[in-house]
Amino acid sequence: MGGAGTPSGARFLIMALLELKNLHVALEDGTEIVKGVDLAVNTNETHAVMGPNGSGKSTLAYALMGHPAYEITEGELLLDGEDLTQMEADERAQKGLFLAFQYPHAVPGVTVTSFMRSAINAVRKAKAGEDDPIPIPEFRKELMAAMEQLKVPREMASRYLNEGFSGGEKKRVEILQMAMLKPRIAVLDETDSGLDIDALKIVAGGVKSLVGPNMGAIVITHYQRILNYIDPDYVHVFVDGRIVEEGGPELAHKLEAEGYEAFTPEVVK
Amino acid sequence: MAATPETEIVAGIGNDYKYGFRDEENYVFKSERGLTREVVEAISEHKNEPDWMRKFRLKSLEYFEARPLPEWGGDLTQIDFENIYYYIKPTEKQAKSWEDLPPDIKNTWDRLGIPEAERKFLAGVGAQYESEVVYHKLQEQLESQGVIFLDMDSGLREHEELVKQYFGTIIPQNDNKFAALNSAVWSGGSFIYVPPGVSIEMPLQAYFRINAENMGQFERTLIIVDEGAYVHYVEGCTAPIYTTDSLHSAVVEIIVKEGGRCRYTTIQNWSTNVYNLVTKRAVAYKDATMEWVDGNLGSKLTMKYPAIWLLGERAHGEVLSIAFANQGQHQDAGGKAVHVAPKTTSTITSKSISKNGGRASYRGLLEVAKGAEGAKSKVVCDALILDEDSRTDTYPYIRIDEDNVDIGHEATVSKIGEEQLFYLMSRGLSEAEAAAMIVSGFVEPITKELPLEYAVEMNRLIQLQMEGSVG
Repeated sequence: MGGAGTPSGARFLIMALLELKNLHVALEDGTEIVKGVDLAVNTNETHAVMGPNGSGKSTLAYALMGHPAYEITEGELLLDGEDLTQMEADERAQKGLFLAFQYPHAVPGVTVTSFMRSAINAVRKAKAGEDDPIPIPEFRKELMAAMEQLKVPREMASRYLNEGFSGGEKKRVEILQMAMLKPRIAVLDETDSGLDIDALKIVAGGVKSLVGPNMGAIVITHYQRILNYIDPDYVHVFVDGRIVEEGGPELAHKLEAEGYEAFTPEVVK
Repeated sequence: MAATPETEIVAGIGNDYKYGFRDEENYVFKSERGLTREVVEAISEHKNEPDWMRKFRLKSLEYFEARPLPEWGGDLTQIDFENIYYYIKPTEKQAKSWEDLPPDIKNTWDRLGIPEAERKFLAGVGAQYESEVVYHKLQEQLESQGVIFLDMDSGLREHEELVKQYFGTIIPQNDNKFAALNSAVWSGGSFIYVPPGVSIEMPLQAYFRINAENMGQFERTLIIVDEGAYVHYVEGCTAPIYTTDSLHSAVVEIIVKEGGRCRYTTIQNWSTNVYNLVTKRAVAYKDATMEWVDGNLGSKLTMKYPAIWLLGERAHGEVLSIAFANQGQHQDAGGKAVHVAPKTTSTITSKSISKNGGRASYRGLLEVAKGAEGAKSKVVCDALILDEDSRTDTYPYIRIDEDNVDIGHEATVSKIGEEQLFYLMSRGLSEAEAAAMIVSGFVEPITKELPLEYAVEMNRLIQLQMEGSVG
């Protein structure tokens, strides 16, 4: 791949940062879940992928991040023109991809702080080609600032990652990780589920503030609710493993009013 | 997309033993192989011991010979007692300065980092090489407070009455086969006395090094913590890797008097050709606290269950045990709490990790005697199994003869899950780093109890082992 070292500005015009081209994803037993998806996401863009339960949204999210149980059977997945399909999840993360989990796992005995520092250092090491740990004062400063913005109480920093966290705490800490790791493309899988309205506003506000010249986002959701606070630039309707309609923010409102039924393809009906 | 199964990810754990080097043998004395009355007599003679100790040894030898091998726990039938060297005296006399040691032996201690640790954070150090403590030192200011920290042999010579009063009273010479063996051929170990009210802030450390092939090391430790006093004693141990077996069989007796506190930390990292069969027992009097922090990473077979007898009202006992069983290893470890007095409390926390066909067993005893009213105890055993070939077992023995008690027991078995690994990897950690993080987190409730330097070392060891580099 010729991406490394070349300024991305010129190439920016001809290709999107993250590209899914006719992407197919299957389970280990061969069952196809994602059936040919095309999507192009740039920095400074928020894409909403909206679909009903069981449409394959989470499978798509996992497959983008490289979950070993989901296999990309056909098509391309490119970040900055570089093929991601053969990379493990850690390499994809090091390249700048991030997934905010719908159900983040608990890691008992590992504090939020020490986990975050290890993750940042792993990414820095991959970029520098050698150990390049973040100076502790810099880390602390960034962590404190991000925690404040996301209204994560200070004591959370020394709690064990996701252990005994409420649903809202987990989601906030996912966004906290996103803020600290500074990915180029963030995929948010049902980040709005299980959040009350105040938590939703904080989380959405956090995402919105991070989308900019350095980051683009894919917001996967069932409901239009979170989109009121995130303002997507594009809405993609995802039904039965395919994008069946695309448009601007107004599409989300139409969906909210009419439901997914109207978008369900005849073949499935 | 090929994903590495967990079994491969964790296959590297524990393969990196960096203490397997050995020195040339230039010893002052080395006994013949095998255990006879003559060998026991020779040990006593070399040490120029009082007659009562010589007799104690010979009687213990009889007990050892009379007792059958235990049939529970690990497989002991492969130990070739006739092939072991029971006593090796490496140097003529004990050094007060590292520079006074023979260069080979000094170099070994340097490689193990002992002199550096002494300079940085230890109040005193004993360094045992084969059968004898070749270096020993205690900070002068502690000496002037009346603290005694000597090797056991010097303790017997210099404080015979005190030793005679307690030696073999907590663990009788016929307590079990290996306690009898130790009582017959003991050499080295630590003798500690902390006077009333004296609190030793920095740890005292003993390090035990086996160098010779087929060595038998039998150190003997006696710690007396007087009223209201405090000490933290740390021991570490390593050995070279040989194709034939060595034997380590220690006896540790501890007395914690009223209001005193003793913490005893072990980081056992023997090479995997060492049988580690150790008897450790403490008694805690009124309002006293005894804590065993027991980390078992090495050895071929370990059988060790640090015990606390809670003899006085409100005495508190704690056992924190980590066992790591790798390929060919069996860690049969745990703890015992015996409540004899009212309102006594105890907790036993055991964390075991098994991988590559290793076997980790928790074996524990909780006993509450009639009259120990209001006793409280909690036992928690968590096992982490890293692959399909490995094994974990739990043998919790509970005997309660008192009605008014509060007893809890919990046991869990878990595996490193694909989902948990994926979550950590999605943040940029490699599979090995992610697995190491999960293992570090699993043992964290215990490592956080270690002094910082040891906690760092423990985590570093796990990290190194997860990377699977060859040492």
